[in-house]
Amino acid sequence: MTGKILRKIYIALIVIFMYAPIVTLVVLSFNSSKSRAKWGGFTFKWYINLFDNASIMAALRNTLLIALLSAIISTVIGTAACLAINAMKKKGRTIWMGITNIPMLNAEIVTGISLMLIFIILGVKFGFMTILVAHITFNIPYVILSVMPRMKTLNPSTYEAALDLGASNSYAFFKVVLPDIMPGVISGFLMAFTMSIDDFVITHFTKGAGVDTLSTKIYSEVRKGIKPEIYALSTIIFITILVLLFLVNRTPKKVDEAKTV
Amino acid sequence: MSKNKTKLMLGLPYYFWSAAFVILPLFMVVYYGITDKNGALTFNNIASIAKPEHIKSLWLAIELSIVSTVICFLMAYPLAMILVKYGKGRSSVLVMLFILPMWMNFLLRTMAWQTLLENNGVINAILKFLRLPLIHIINTPGAIVFGMVYNFLPFMVLPLYNSLAKIDENVINAARDLGANNVQTFFKITLPLTIPGIMSGITMVFVPALTTFVISNLLGGAKILLIGNVIEQEFSQTNNWHLGSGLSLVLMIFIVISMIISAIFDKDGEGSLL
Amino acid sequence: MKKKFMIFLVAAVSVLALTACGKSNEGGTVAVYNWGEYIDPETLEMFEEETGIRVIYDEYETNELMYPKVAAGATKYDVICPSDYMVEKMIKEDLLREIDFNNVPNAKTNIGAQYWEQSRQFDPENKYSVPYCWGTVGILYNKTMVDEPVDSWNILWDEKYSGQILMQDSVRDIFMVALRKNGYSMNSLNEEELNVAKNDLIAQKPLVQAYVIDEVRDKMIGNEAALGVIYSGEAIFTQRENPDLEYVIPKEGTNVWIDNWVIPKNAENPENAEKFIDFMCRPDIALMNFDYITYSTPNDAAKELIEDDDIRNSNIAFPDLSKYQLETFSYLGPDGDELYNNLYKEIKSAE
Repeated sequence: MTGKILRKIYIALIVIFMYAPIVTLVVLSFNSSKSRAKWGGFTFKWYINLFDNASIMAALRNTLLIALLSAIISTVIGTAACLAINAMKKKGRTIWMGITNIPMLNAEIVTGISLMLIFIILGVKFGFMTILVAHITFNIPYVILSVMPRMKTLNPSTYEAALDLGASNSYAFFKVVLPDIMPGVISGFLMAFTMSIDDFVITHFTKGAGVDTLSTKIYSEVRKGIKPEIYALSTIIFITILVLLFLVNRTPKKVDEAKTV
Repeated sequence: MSKNKTKLMLGLPYYFWSAAFVILPLFMVVYYGITDKNGALTFNNIASIAKPEHIKSLWLAIELSIVSTVICFLMAYPLAMILVKYGKGRSSVLVMLFILPMWMNFLLRTMAWQTLLENNGVINAILKFLRLPLIHIINTPGAIVFGMVYNFLPFMVLPLYNSLAKIDENVINAARDLGANNVQTFFKITLPLTIPGIMSGITMVFVPALTTFVISNLLGGAKILLIGNVIEQEFSQTNNWHLGSGLSLVLMIFIVISMIISAIFDKDGEGSLL
Repeated sequence: MKKKFMIFLVAAVSVLALTACGKSNEGGTVAVYNWGEYIDPETLEMFEEETGIRVIYDEYETNELMYPKVAAGATKYDVICPSDYMVEKMIKEDLLREIDFNNVPNAKTNIGAQYWEQSRQFDPENKYSVPYCWGTVGILYNKTMVDEPVDSWNILWDEKYSGQILMQDSVRDIFMVALRKNGYSMNSLNEEELNVAKNDLIAQKPLVQAYVIDEVRDKMIGNEAALGVIYSGEAIFTQRENPDLEYVIPKEGTNVWIDNWVIPKNAENPENAEKFIDFMCRPDIALMNFDYITYSTPNDAAKELIEDDDIRNSNIAFPDLSKYQLETFSYLGPDGDELYNNLYKEIKSAE
């Protein structure tokens, strides 16, 4: 019995640790003083100002657009790559999985700098596209690593059977293979989306004039005192996600969902 | 055979992408790292890691990331065990609970710790109210460890959770039936079975901690120079890309080592990072 | 899972739709790269409305952070705002474009003659730069936390204030403090002098709470520190928020600096850049910016428009420069830059 109480206390402590800064941000979003260091009374004005602030709205739009596009593109490329890697012999598979691991294990700063160098050499104009390419690059591995285990459990004979029954390659893929690997594909997509939203370092090195994501916007403002509108925005984002999760979790779900976080 | 070929063709976009945006950029870093401003071959950039100010920042980074990794591991292992114990249905909600903070921007979360840890910060205000001794942790290596543990803890929890969830309960029960007590079962059965998870957790925490420059900037008051800060400054302030690339190459050696280690423990070649 | 995914997707797309904005830019664009919080955002909107030119606006914290971005050429800005020594460096490296002053009539009429004269130190023929703001560097201190009179850089080495001192995290500014404290020139290239300065700064490090740039403002307002090195322009702003704060120029002398609008050589819209600079030199616009950022303006016509006598005669906003020992940074050459950078790294990596 004490074990159970101890376990609960332990979880509670870690939850406090994880959420203390978030609570702080939510509180700050209602602080009428512009300074982070002073409590000036309760206000809603940052939430109203937020929607008039073009630069924050533009950063939000860029963040979401890049996250969505990079997640979609990397999911397509990554899933296709999984089919290919799975069909390889052991040696090729080891090499390509090794390459897949590079952006995962490489220091973000090295990935960011190496991409910056290649963009400069290629003479590409830094901006939305360079950020997008960079995000796709570090997102593909997340997709591959979450689709690959699903691929392993796939029974190859169902696909063969579909082909024998006269299905075309693509028909067999969409009707037989895809539904089986779908949970992996979706979790890869969500992982990619999350990573893209949270990335700062790589975006920092690959962004161009006037194109900001929320991360780079925040970084440039951290030093001079963050605009409280940003706290308001992150509170809104956080609560939206919370509500979405609540909606989703109220519906009955399959048992194996826990595996595909 | 031809079926196989079509499948291999599906990988084309990925082959191209990896070549253009993973392999080629790395060669650029190597190129800058072994040349000087005039394009002549030199090893000075790499050798300059031995300069006292660089080697100090490297050791400090290694020290802080080892401490953070150990703390993350000690915090995450019991947590993962509890999460697994709570049963599948509810634990997915709990696991979500630990991913959720990642939706709050990483910089904002770290900056919020600044507000909490400051000398006149929230924590000290609470301590003052309770008449307890105040903490002076902000702008010290301790604050950086704090930030690292906070930011990278989920990366330790998830692989541990996944590898613990995979353990067949029959194995544990068998050990009990054979007379093993809790401690023995843990050290002889559970721990060895989760080594792949532990290894990927360690690399997932150690590598980003080793190379960070943001956390040390935000919580270290720019008083503490980690190797990540040195490299970042070479690129974004002193504008010496050659030196920055040379030092990045040194960092890459550590990354290669961790890749080899995780490859040894991850025999299936599937990467148990997720 | 699928349902979760769909809800998620719908949410993301609808937010995108909500934030989508349809700004037209028939007049083209102008990409401005300026210091953080260094302009009244309303003036940008007014510029857009009057000219139809859309402003792409980015910010940097120090000259050193701005330079690599412009020098690499990957991001092409049309207008930037470097300080004196950085203007000199960029002219020497052929990174700047001559300004056609026929297109910038407001500059010559409104900006005071003494500022053009001062600019000759780094832009000898006044061909590349237009003064935007100027000021000094000094000590901002909290009257409730510091008892003695503050008049010297030496107080930043006083152990009484251990953990209460904020220094500038910018290589030239931090060396300026240590060099002037010892009576040396802030443009010194003498290794002995620089070593004295370096050792002083290393000795000071345990007393320093943090090396900061713009954060000094927030921290001083929040009573997080007793003493901070700060640009004069921040003094009025911080005093407004926290009346306990006081600004002084130390007796050993300090840096008097000018930040200037310049057009990089690789600018894609130089005509728009000139229109932008001209607009910023208009008295009413310069006044708006002065009111907002509280940095001293070289725009004499705007100064005349200041209604508040206290501010127009303020010793902080418009100090009598002859009373102080002042010096301006000059460009030290690539070797000088490297020397300073290496010494600074030694300070940063010291225990």
